[in-house]
Amino acid sequence: MFSSLIAWFTAPAQWSATAGIPTRLLQHLGYTALSVLVGALIAVPVGLYIGHTNRGRFLVVGLANGLRALPELGVLVLFVLLLGLGLTPVVLALMLLAIPPLLAGTYAGISGVDPAAVDAARGIGMTERQILFEVELPNALPLMVAGLRTATLQVVATATIAAFVSLGGLGRYIVDGQAQRDFTQMAGGAILVALLAIVLEVALQGVQRAVTPGTRRTRPDARSDARPATPAVGTSDAVTAGG
Amino acid sequence: MRLFGADILPLAVEHIVLALVPVIVGLVISLPLGWWAWSSRGARRILLPLTGVLYTIPSLALFVVMPLVLGTRILDPVNVVVALTIYAVALLVRSVVDGLDEVPTEVMTAGVAMGYRPLGLLFGVQLPLAVPVLVAGVRVAAVSSFSLVAVGAIIGQGALGALFTQGFERFYTAQIVFGLFSILVLALVVDALLLLLGRALAPWAAARTPQKQGA
Repeated sequence: MFSSLIAWFTAPAQWSATAGIPTRLLQHLGYTALSVLVGALIAVPVGLYIGHTNRGRFLVVGLANGLRALPELGVLVLFVLLLGLGLTPVVLALMLLAIPPLLAGTYAGISGVDPAAVDAARGIGMTERQILFEVELPNALPLMVAGLRTATLQVVATATIAAFVSLGGLGRYIVDGQAQRDFTQMAGGAILVALLAIVLEVALQGVQRAVTPGTRRTRPDARSDARPATPAVGTSDAVTAGG
Repeated sequence: MRLFGADILPLAVEHIVLALVPVIVGLVISLPLGWWAWSSRGARRILLPLTGVLYTIPSLALFVVMPLVLGTRILDPVNVVVALTIYAVALLVRSVVDGLDEVPTEVMTAGVAMGYRPLGLLFGVQLPLAVPVLVAGVRVAAVSSFSLVAVGAIIGQGALGALFTQGFERFYTAQIVFGLFSILVLALVVDALLLLLGRALAPWAAARTPQKQGA
């Protein structure tokens, strides 16, 4: 099995431009980036508003819980039947996965900012807009990036099923392999998707560390790790689900 | 009951089994692993990042690789069960650690003073107090398990997820909507039952932090 996998990975055709691994990888990353971007355009402003005003908190909790149960494969095929084959139904379906963690991360980040800091900002005469963008947003950044990380991982994992509705991406190897009873191809595709997910996870962990201020970054006691500075909604890990 | 050319009830039962067996097995595996990660700093350093990595592996990829690892056939429900068990463990080890972390040191000291030995302390004091955090983790694992089972339909083992693949092949929107609806309802019913179970096991948690429920 492993020798046939090695043969599959090293075959020159696998690395050619037309339908080889580089093309599939770029398609996969493209779907992921586009879906997360569209999701962020919706979730971040809403999260900023809810976090700053504390209005509509139920929306965050409800979405985070409800969408977790939504079977993504069903949503995708439904959108394709309603909208026709193409990029739009895929991006819309994947965007639904990206919104809850982004929304929860943004909301939790903003509402978790020390009220004393917000009061002080108000006291020195900052406008609400200034408070949001100059005090709350920088403090919320680590949790917002945690949300981005969860969203990206869910979307990159689930983008695999785009192949089921005849689109590209790394899922092609799994779906085509299934149709052709070519198990080596299926396993090769599965390994590629898993590797991509792990690479993205490590990269976004790095980003998260970079935006976290020094005092919180150094953790002398590993135990403090277990209590993330997250309020009740549960952002970073609680909302995750492998797609 | 036949609906949309498929016998719905056996599919629903199969879906419940495929979704819940991994959560139960996952919890049984996670309790000792989580306790180990909680009690040893070295184990925590290895186990928690490892479960994070396990969780990043896409489900479809995991379903496909399972026969390679387990020596099962490609069309075998065991592949789906084992893959989903890995996700459940990845989620629940963290919940066990978080739950045990929640128990105040004074409470444990008092338990020791009352004569509890380590194992008695774990089952008599620590785990009961960890129930609210544990149940929250189990709810997340159970609900996401219901939607992940459906992905198995792509490799021919997805219970109610078959309504999606069949509906797509026949351009039958109603069948897909029915599939979505039935999986959502099953997941939400199980979630509600787990919420009630959690309240029954730890009535104080609901009384202390009412607004945290459902989070």
